[in-house]
Formats: sequence, C-alpha cells, structure tokens
Amino acid sequence: MAAPRAIQRNLAWTRAAMGAPLVLLLVLFLVYPVGQLLLLSVYGESGFTLAQYRQLFASSVYLDVLLITLKISLVTTLICVVTGYPIAYLISVVDKKRKTTLLFWVLLSFWTSFLVRAFAWIVLLGRNGVINKLLISLGIISSPASLLYNFGSVLVGMVNALLPLAVLTMLAVMENIDRTLPRAAATLGARPGMAFWKIYFPLSLPGVAAAGIMVFVTAIGFFIVPALLGGRRETMITQLIIDQVQQTMNWGFAGAISVLLLFVVFIVFAAYDRLLGLSTMTGAAAPRNATPSRLSGPLQKAGDALLTLLGAISDRILRLLPSRRRDRNPDQAGMGLQAFVWIMLLIISAPTILMIPLSFGTGGLNWPPQGFTLHWYETVLSSPLWTQAMLRSLLVGVGTGLLAMLIGTPAAFLLVRSDIRGKAAWLAFILSPIVVPRMIIAVGLFYVFARMGLVGSAFGLILGHTVVAVPYVVMTMMAVLRSYDTRLDHAAQSLGARPIATLRYVTFPILGAGMMSSFLFAFATSFDELTIALFATGGLNATLPKQFWDEVTLQVSPAIAAVSTCLFVFMGLLIFVAERLRRRAAAR
Amino acid sequence: MVSSSLRIHELCKRYGDFVALAPTSLDVARGEFLTLLGPSGSGKTTLLSLIAGLAHPDEGRILIDDADVTHSPAYDRDIGVVFQNYALFPHMTIEDNIAFPLKMRKVADTEARRRTAEALETVRLPHVAKRYPRELSGGQQQRIALARCIVYRPAIILMDEPLGALDKKLRDQMQLEIKRIHRELGTTIVYVTHDQEEAMTMSDRICLMNAGAIEQIGTPQDLYFRPRSVFVADFLGESNLLSATVRGVDSDGLDVVLAAQAAPSRAVGNGSIFAAGEPIKVMVRPQNLVVGDAGGGDQLAGRLSGRLLDVMISGSLTRLYIAPETAGMPQLVAAHPTRSGAAPYEIGQLLSLGWHATDAVAISDGKGI
Repeated sequence: MAAPRAIQRNLAWTRAAMGAPLVLLLVLFLVYPVGQLLLLSVYGESGFTLAQYRQLFASSVYLDVLLITLKISLVTTLICVVTGYPIAYLISVVDKKRKTTLLFWVLLSFWTSFLVRAFAWIVLLGRNGVINKLLISLGIISSPASLLYNFGSVLVGMVNALLPLAVLTMLAVMENIDRTLPRAAATLGARPGMAFWKIYFPLSLPGVAAAGIMVFVTAIGFFIVPALLGGRRETMITQLIIDQVQQTMNWGFAGAISVLLLFVVFIVFAAYDRLLGLSTMTGAAAPRNATPSRLSGPLQKAGDALLTLLGAISDRILRLLPSRRRDRNPDQAGMGLQAFVWIMLLIISAPTILMIPLSFGTGGLNWPPQGFTLHWYETVLSSPLWTQAMLRSLLVGVGTGLLAMLIGTPAAFLLVRSDIRGKAAWLAFILSPIVVPRMIIAVGLFYVFARMGLVGSAFGLILGHTVVAVPYVVMTMMAVLRSYDTRLDHAAQSLGARPIATLRYVTFPILGAGMMSSFLFAFATSFDELTIALFATGGLNATLPKQFWDEVTLQVSPAIAAVSTCLFVFMGLLIFVAERLRRRAAAR
Repeated sequence: MVSSSLRIHELCKRYGDFVALAPTSLDVARGEFLTLLGPSGSGKTTLLSLIAGLAHPDEGRILIDDADVTHSPAYDRDIGVVFQNYALFPHMTIEDNIAFPLKMRKVADTEARRRTAEALETVRLPHVAKRYPRELSGGQQQRIALARCIVYRPAIILMDEPLGALDKKLRDQMQLEIKRIHRELGTTIVYVTHDQEEAMTMSDRICLMNAGAIEQIGTPQDLYFRPRSVFVADFLGESNLLSATVRGVDSDGLDVVLAAQAAPSRAVGNGSIFAAGEPIKVMVRPQNLVVGDAGGGDQLAGRLSGRLLDVMISGSLTRLYIAPETAGMPQLVAAHPTRSGAAPYEIGQLLSLGWHATDAVAISDGKGI
C-alpha cells in the first residue's frame, strides 16, 4: 500500500533531521580535529615519519611523566572511591530533608570551579595559611612547614576536585538498589555486616566501577591541580601537551603525546569492558537478570570468599560495640558514618569558604584575616579584563546551553523513542567527548579553528563547548524521557491535539524541569571550562576561567580570592535555583 | 445522540516476524457496547490502538460511518480513548484536564467551562475540579479519565482495560457507572478487558480474541452456552469437556458416544459443521451437571458415575470435584447454589452424574472451524 510507505519515508526523514545536527557537530568538531592532531604526529613536512615517536621514547623524561601521571591518577581514584563510598551510601539512605542538605554540599563542591578549589588550597597550604598557623598554634611545629608543591598537595587537590564526581556516580547506582534486599537478608539470618558485604556491596559494585573509571580518566587528563599545587616532579602528561603547543607550537609532538594519552585511556576502557562491560556505564540500570560482573571461575569464588570474610569480621567488630545499637532502626546510619561523611564534606568545602573572609581582609592572603575592605572587589570590577571576561563567559555559557539543548534534545528523543539500529554504538559515539581527554579535543580544535579563523571568536568557543556539553544534555534528557509516560502523548492525540499542540501543552510542560536542568548543566559546563578556552580564545577575549588561570599562574593575589568568592556564590545560587525548579516540578 | 458505526476490514499488524493482528474484520453497530476479550498477547490492545490511530496497520481498512480513516491521524478521528492507567496530565488540574479536548477543538471558554462542569456532574465528582490528578484516588482518577473522554462527545469511545488497576468492589461499582453512562449517551463503545466476568456483565456483544485473531464473536449468552471452540469454552467460565465421537447428525442436533461408553447420547450443536465419525468434545457447564446418589434421574441424556474428591464453598456457589469411574476421563466439576446446613455428600462417596440433552454442547475438537 502506498500510504504506509509514505509514512515510513517521512519517518526516515524526520529521524535523519533529528540526529543529523549532533552527528555533524561531533564529526566536524571532535572527530575531524582529533583525527587531524593524530595525523600530524605521523605526518611531517616530508611525508610520513615516526620522528615524533622516536623523540618521545628517546629519553626517559616523557615516560617518567606518564608514570607519574598514572601514579597520581591511580592514588586519586583509590582515595576518591574509598572515601566517596560512605558519602554516597549515607546520601542514599537518609530521609529526604537531610538528603537535600548533604546533596547540596556535594553539588556545590562539584560545581565550584576546579580553579577556585585549587587556588583555595594554595592559600590554605601556604606558609602563612590556615594549616601552618593551626599547627604552630597547637605547638606541633615551630616554624611554617612547606606544604605546597609536592606529591601530597597535588593529591589533596586532585581528591578535592574529583571526590564529588565519584560520589555522584556511585549515588546514581545506589539509589536504584532495592532497600528491602538487605532487610530480606536480615530476616534470613544475616547479621548487618554480612548483609552489607554479601548483598548490598555486590549490588553497588557497578557504581564503584563506574566511579573508578570516571575519576581515573578525568584525573589522567588533568592539568590545573598539578600545575598550581605541584612541583617539577609532579608534572602530568597534559602539561607537556600545553607546553608543546603554547611555547614551541610543535603540533607534531603534541600529537604524539596525545596519541600516548589516548592509548592509555583506551587500554583502561578496554580493561573495564573486559571485566565489567561498558554497558554498565551507559545503561540506565543494569538488567535484572544480567550477571553483575564477568569475573568468573576461581576469581569469582575468591571474591565471594573475601566478602564472606569481610562480613564475618564486621559482625565480630559490631558485636564488640555496646549493645545500645541493637534497638536502633536498621535504616538509620550510625554516628560514626555520619561523622565521617560530615568531616569529608567539610574538607572538600572548607577551603573555598575560607576564601570569603580573606577576600574582605586587608592582610593579604595570610591567616587569620584582618580588617575589612571592599578594595579587592573594586579592583576586580573596575578592571575591564575581568568584567569583559565575565560578560564573555555568560554569553558563551548561554550560547552553549541553547545550542546543546537544540542539538541534544532531538537526539535524546530519537535514542529513547525510536528503534534505530545500533543504538549502543550511537550512544558510545555521542558520549565520546566525555571519554576523550579534554586536552586532546582542545588542541585539535585549536589547530582546526586556527585554519578556519575561528580562534578568539565567541562562536568558535560556543561550538567547542557544545561538543563537550552535549553528551550531558543527551544523557539528562534521555533519563528524563525514559521516565516520561508516552501514553500522555497518545492521550493528547486521541483528545484532538495535533503534534505541535501535544508538544506545547503536554510534552514540554512535563519535561520542562528536566530541560531546564540540562540547560543549566550545559551552561555550567561551559562557564567553568578552561581547557578549550585556554587555546581557542587565542590570548584575547578571555573567558572567566581563562582570565583566572592567567592571573593565578602569574601571581596569587587577594583579588583572586574576591573572584573566587563571586564564582562560589554564583554557583551556589545556580544550584539553589535549579533545585527549587526541580522541586516545584516534582510537586505537581 | 452522537454515535457512529465502526467497520474494520482485513486489518493486519506485524512487528517484524511477529503477527500482532492477523487480517481481521469486524463490524460494530451504532450505539453498541462491544468488548474485545482475550488473554494478554491476543491482539486486543493492538486492535484498539489501530482503531484509535495510535498505531499504523500494515494492511486493511478502518471505516467510521463508512468514511475511510485508515490513515487519518488520531487527532482527526473523533474517537475517545480511556487509557489503562488513565493518562491524566499530571501538570494540569482536573478542570484543565477535562477542558483539554475542548481547548483543542477551539470551543469558547464559557461553553468549555459549562461542559466541563457538566462532565464532572456526570461522573459525580463536581468538587475535585481544582485539584491535581495525584490528589485523587485510583477510582476517582478513573472517573476523571471517563469525564475527559465524554466531555467532547466523541462518536466512538475506546476503553483499554480501564478498571484493571481497581480493587474488586470499586470495579463492580465502576462497571455499573460505565453502563449507566453508555445508556445515557448512547455512544458506541469498544471495551478491552481480559476479565471474562467483566465482559459478560457489560457487553452487548463479545469479541473473543486469541493469538492475534478473532476466535468467536457474539452475545455473552452465545459465547457462554454455544462456544464454537474448546478455547472459548475454557476462557468463559468453567466447563467440563468430555471426549466423544459423532454417531449421527440430524436437524435437531447430534448423536454422540462418549469415550469409553457404549450407549449414545444427545448433544446440541450446528449439525452442518460436524460429520459422523468425527472426534469432538462435549461441553457441560458445572451448574448443568446434575448430581445425585447412585441411580435415579431417568429423563437425563447423559450419565456417568464418579467419586467425590473435594467440596469447596466459594460464596454463593458450592463446587464438587469428582473423579469419574471411567478410566482416562478428566476430573469433573459440578456446581450448585450454596445451601446452609451440613454438606449432603461425603468425600469418597460414589455419585451419579447426568445432564439434560440441551445442556450438552458439541464442540469441534481441535482449533479450526
């Protein structure tokens, strides 16, 4: 019959129109630039060459940097996952009100710029910082110790930067664990320790694995923390790439280092896929009947035995504790756990909060703050460099938010609502900007933008930021759409609403809060983005993070504390507004 | 009265290799209450979606009042749908939900308000207008879904298991309510359910579906007392199915011989579809199985004896489970109204069973007719 075929053809066109913009964006501003950069590493003036790689492996310098990078990333990941687990666990079990409070502090830290947080640690760990002053007043040391520019300070900064990410990733999985299962285990005779290690922990393992890989891959591409808090011996691999591009314009060698970095990331993902399956990362929730891991045979048995042992040990310890714990509600978290979580939240939030009094003080960045002045705020606000950077960041952020929504939302509709072939592959492609180290995208874009004359333009920056923000938009919108009952659309249609009216009166109003939050996500991603801005602004027309970076690498001044305070308050407000919006939508 | 007739001609829907609906034809008269009944996966919801325009058929045609609407979109069909989970818009008040179809039809505000209030009166919930759907109970939401559907007086109303989520008592009450509204409005209703009791109580006609095709269509009495296949006999109510062979066919019915018995007995059935020597099933409903102490009952057409296995009292009915003496015959169930006092029979007692010729229905053994 002709009519159905026409409908089918129409459908194919609609689908293409919905997916094409995103594919085009990623091909032009992700695949092509990164491909170019990789090509440059093997393609010199005289054709194909391996000279760059020969140079890379000629001395141990670069391999040492790679090893340091891996070491820092691995230790950071371990600490983040181990300390993040109890935090995520507590958030997933407490009542709604306390959950909102706890989550607010995690989110605030998550959204506070990496730069602001790293800067705060510089001040905190400085010769006249809080820590030194505290240690001296306690009589532990007599003269200020040098706490900065070593492995420890880098680690503190890295953990502070990535702990919120670990918590949020694990939380996503823990919130989907059926709370009745540990209780069922209890009725079947398992003591609390055994119930946790044998039932809850294995179920939360996908979250732990996802958090581990997210933190590790982000850490490996980091440069802000090692550059600001580390010494010569804590140089990480992305810093080498920046040096090659900014100082020597050696594209080929930057490309070769990028290949090395990509190679490491690829190996990590391949190992993850072999052990746990990549689907655990992107899937909404692991299918009920799927085995939680591909570990099999003796390894599985050993893991099982270990969990049993851990359970037995925990129960032995619990039994030694005073028996008042017996009568408390099994759902209520213990005091020890609560104390630990609040201390961790204090550690990750305090540095930025301590910036606030310092930014109003007259005594520079020395602790304790003295006097009160608005001088530093005046300095910042009267400086055209700062005000223009602020305006530009707002412009680019809003532009990125709009563009990412415009491109990402139809793609999310397509992925959730239609039965296109190779969905998993499409999803992997769309999420690839998160996986590919930001630095490689940034350098590749710089190279391509330079030839297109887009360096220094707001439009170029919006395009670049959209590439890294759009996966978050797609993921958020997919989650929102999955929970959307399509029967409401059918109902609207059966009641006489045409497609446009259905979207206008039913679909969008119900999806509104979700769309707003993914817009804010994209906006915040852009507003805080430094890596791409570092190159794509081309030294002029800096964004706020770029301006911040330029200043902070030049000198550490109280004016930066003032900017930090402004950014901190701005982000706090943004989260507050987003949360209000979300709650208002949920209340309907 | 606004109501339309519906004609479905050779309608067919496939999902890949899976045939959700084999080519199916069906006529629904103006003002009729037709129920699509069947187990899950029998194609009834598929058929409903096709009629509503929420899915596109691969073949066939749909006509409303003789106008071809096969390829018209849902919003142009003048059909009302009451969804399984009500599909009330969570971000709109009850009032706005009900006024939505009027707004889509550009009905003037004052008129829309009047009709909304009227619809709320019809479902007896005038006081909830300003509330949001989540503030109502399941039964109330169900009524609102109904109100939203009748407010624009669609010519045909489709209902997809609308009472599935309600408890038994509420369901009985809502069945009466829907029947009342059907009587008052005279709208054509196509109703989907998998609950045979619901289908029996409410419908003018029942269309029993199985594996993507119509198994039998007719009045509830037709389907209950004259099932044309074992599937129909089994699906609607309890039945005793006895294997038999056709001995002879005449204008009033059939002579049949029950398996492992020599004497022939009478059964009713359409003589033209049976041939002598053909293996068939004879269906006797539990309440038509006459139970007595061994011996007695001369006017009965069929006769068996069996031992009482168990007695179960379920409210108004008492069921007797009986193992026939004849080897290889399945367990039988007889039912009679529950009477007070001690049970008349003891477990293990030998009972005689019989039935009237008019209560024995011949059904072709196997699937096709």
